[in-house]
Amino acid sequence: MGSSKVTLNIDGKEVIAEKNSTILDAARKLEITIPSLCHNPDLVPFGGCRLCLVEVAGTSRPVASCAALVQEGMRVKSSTNYLERLRRTNVELLLSDHPNDCMLCERAGNCKLQELAYYYGIRENRFEGIRREYPEQDNNPFIRREMEKCIMCGQCVRICDEIQGVGAIDFAYKGLWTKVSPPFEKDLDCEFCGQCVAVCPTGALTGRMWASKGRQKFREVETVCPYCGCGCNITLAVKKNEIARVYSKKDTVNQGMLCVKGRFAYDFVHSQDRLTRPLIRINPAKDLYLHQENPYADSSSSAGFKPDPAQFREASWEEALDYTALRLKEIKDRHGPDVIGGLASARCTNEDNYLFQKFMRMAVGTNNVDHCARY
Amino acid sequence: MTNSYEEIKDNDVLLVIGSNTTETHPIIGLEMKKAVRRGAKLIVIDPRKIELVKWSHDHLQLKPGTDVALLNCIMNVIIQENLADKAYIDERTQGFPALARSMERYTPEYGEEVTGVSRENIISTARLYARASRAGIYYTMGVTQHTHGTDNVFAIANLALMTGNLGRRSTGVNPLRGQNNVQGCTDMGCVPPFFPGYQSVASPEVKARFERLWRTTLSSSPGLTATEMIDAAAGGNFRALYIKGENPVVSDPDMQHTVRALQSLDFLVVQDIFMTETALMADVVLPAACFAEKEGTFTNSERRVQRVRKAVDPPGEAREDSWIIARLSSSMGYDISYDRIEDVFREAGKAWPALGGMDYHRLEHKGLQWPCPTRDHPGTPYLFKGAFPKRIPAFTPVDYRPSEELPDSEYPMILNTGRELFNYHTGTMTRRNKAVNLVSPGGYVEIHPADAREIDIENGRMVRVSSRRGSIKVQVRISSRPLQGTVFIPFHFIEAAANMLTNTAVDPIAGIPELKVCAVKLESMETTGVLKSRRSHD
Repeated sequence: MGSSKVTLNIDGKEVIAEKNSTILDAARKLEITIPSLCHNPDLVPFGGCRLCLVEVAGTSRPVASCAALVQEGMRVKSSTNYLERLRRTNVELLLSDHPNDCMLCERAGNCKLQELAYYYGIRENRFEGIRREYPEQDNNPFIRREMEKCIMCGQCVRICDEIQGVGAIDFAYKGLWTKVSPPFEKDLDCEFCGQCVAVCPTGALTGRMWASKGRQKFREVETVCPYCGCGCNITLAVKKNEIARVYSKKDTVNQGMLCVKGRFAYDFVHSQDRLTRPLIRINPAKDLYLHQENPYADSSSSAGFKPDPAQFREASWEEALDYTALRLKEIKDRHGPDVIGGLASARCTNEDNYLFQKFMRMAVGTNNVDHCARY
Repeated sequence: MTNSYEEIKDNDVLLVIGSNTTETHPIIGLEMKKAVRRGAKLIVIDPRKIELVKWSHDHLQLKPGTDVALLNCIMNVIIQENLADKAYIDERTQGFPALARSMERYTPEYGEEVTGVSRENIISTARLYARASRAGIYYTMGVTQHTHGTDNVFAIANLALMTGNLGRRSTGVNPLRGQNNVQGCTDMGCVPPFFPGYQSVASPEVKARFERLWRTTLSSSPGLTATEMIDAAAGGNFRALYIKGENPVVSDPDMQHTVRALQSLDFLVVQDIFMTETALMADVVLPAACFAEKEGTFTNSERRVQRVRKAVDPPGEAREDSWIIARLSSSMGYDISYDRIEDVFREAGKAWPALGGMDYHRLEHKGLQWPCPTRDHPGTPYLFKGAFPKRIPAFTPVDYRPSEELPDSEYPMILNTGRELFNYHTGTMTRRNKAVNLVSPGGYVEIHPADAREIDIENGRMVRVSSRRGSIKVQVRISSRPLQGTVFIPFHFIEAAANMLTNTAVDPIAGIPELKVCAVKLESMETTGVLKSRRSHD
């Protein structure tokens, strides 16, 4: 009987929708744009921003289309003078308590609130009153939280709970002073996956490492995260020759979700410690064999090592490769190929590794080629 | 993985064994949480009370290294209670009667005694898994990094086969790969016994085919694994190593052994993006481009080959690994050069038909899962649909063998090693991130509150942890995560290197070292009290 589908009419157009879908879902099928700040198709409907209001024939008041389910024969108007007036008023109310920080805000040009203000032409604001000010800053190292810019859409709260399953933040206080906050207003101390940053429609949540790296006209490069074996798809937002930020799109194997490493630990690419020239040893290596003692016990971290000019000199590629080839050939000629081995890398591409084993098997002539699949 | 990420949410039972999924594979962890929210039952089998336990219906906190005993006992219950999938066994497998006989002595009572998991939990897990209609098993190095790692995997395969949980959507035997391209690196033949695509170097036909493809003559003598090469070097029987993008000084077991091995070489070439602990020992260091500076492909845990694209130029004179290897090969008189990097990928597709239907154009969006043998093949979300390739799989009975080094009166605790959420592997990339360093500044040893009380040590104090191989100073983190009598140390931190302590004993088949179990002792740095274990291992 087709009971799982219903037919409704939006703006004079018929649409068939799943019984348990919302009016907003049905409207999007018709490619009708209804503004919304709190809607996220992955999360439970919230109905908080009141921008997706629509008129339904037979009901006295507008309903939030993101939360109202479709019904057979429903007649919906997505845009009327009355609705647009309501929406404009709602945006004005949000802006009445929003810092005028677009000049410096990381999200300028990619902010839903800014876009709505532009669409409704709101420069002056009829509403004046107390403004939220939060001089105390959250000092966590990953996520900049500017709660004055928060519009209470609740997407961060919901994604943290419903998808990430962490529940690091929630609404606290009441009325104007409602605020998204970690328990007892402590600094955020969570998994720092940044799912909240990804869904925030305004500049309330941004990556600290994004600061002053550019905010528009990025060159987007679609690639794969270099960390664990999940192989999440990431988008590198590049400005000139620098990765300005990392995010992930919805239509990916990871559905736009990332972890702390994938989202925030990309600055190694531009580290001052990167090796930039081939090096050839000029003095014997330090003897690191300290019976049963860790030779690196006093290193503050592995992140500090740089080539020591007393041990290595820089060389051209030609010299370094010719020297390497010569030494390998010498050893191969004297002892045979099977005293030479190669360790490939699970961090490198298939192409790199294909060539590596081909080189070991063909040029060196040994099957001594392995990698860290075991570690 | 035999199956795909997207199928996880539709599991009705998930068995997660030796995988701290939410920390080491966070995005796969999200899919597991989604499955639980949709009503699936999650069983965690792990000696640590990992974060995923919060989402589980049962946590089988087994003693480290007793996985085979536990899995065999679960199978024993399935056989005893007639819960095995007889039709599937008859139609698609062989060797079941022998397996059933070998399981007889693995009673739940025996299991309780050996593994520390209660009889009731063993029985309920067996019933839950066997009665499920879509049960998936997920595991990582907690299963494999043992001297009986291969046996663990055989036991897992036996369990999946006898219940028919292989070859269907949302089932399977699913190892989660630890690094971005472990899958691809193995696929590409960077393992001693296989040319690309798991084709044996010992087979004359295969060798002849590769000799034609590469227009060369090849060796059929079996190569050495990484651990064997290091052992040979330490014994003075190995001359040169070319190490690309690995840091074995930090990642391999028994750091002093590795250091001694690398020092014994005549010639060491290290190709990397940073001056790692391994590069410090090299004769030649070659600066490489990182993932964001080159074109190519990675293959993830679900066998999905995906495009890696160049975003920025490499710093200074650093070059793509492929360029370096091809140039070095030319210098040695062997031409393996290519015009475009895609030519290398196409050659791999010629060498291994499972990639034969792929090219960069087809991989453009979301990639493809191998096998994908033809240009119009859509890729393979899960393996063994309908039938197993080549031959009918046989059950492989395995018996429980204790780990190589068990606690004794001198070294009374078991050390377990692994990763944590914020840092990655040897830390060369993550430890250069200021924010990561603030939330995860250094090494620590997780110790059970009861054990901490016994050596009278407070949270945050330094202790000396020693094994027969070496000794480190490390900060104490008192936590209810480890099983009493065991401690956990993450291996990211060179100044408190877990691999100073670990054992080089390896699995006889896979050559994987036993990084998950070795015997250690803890000494408070202020007092001299040595922890005596009350566990029943000794």
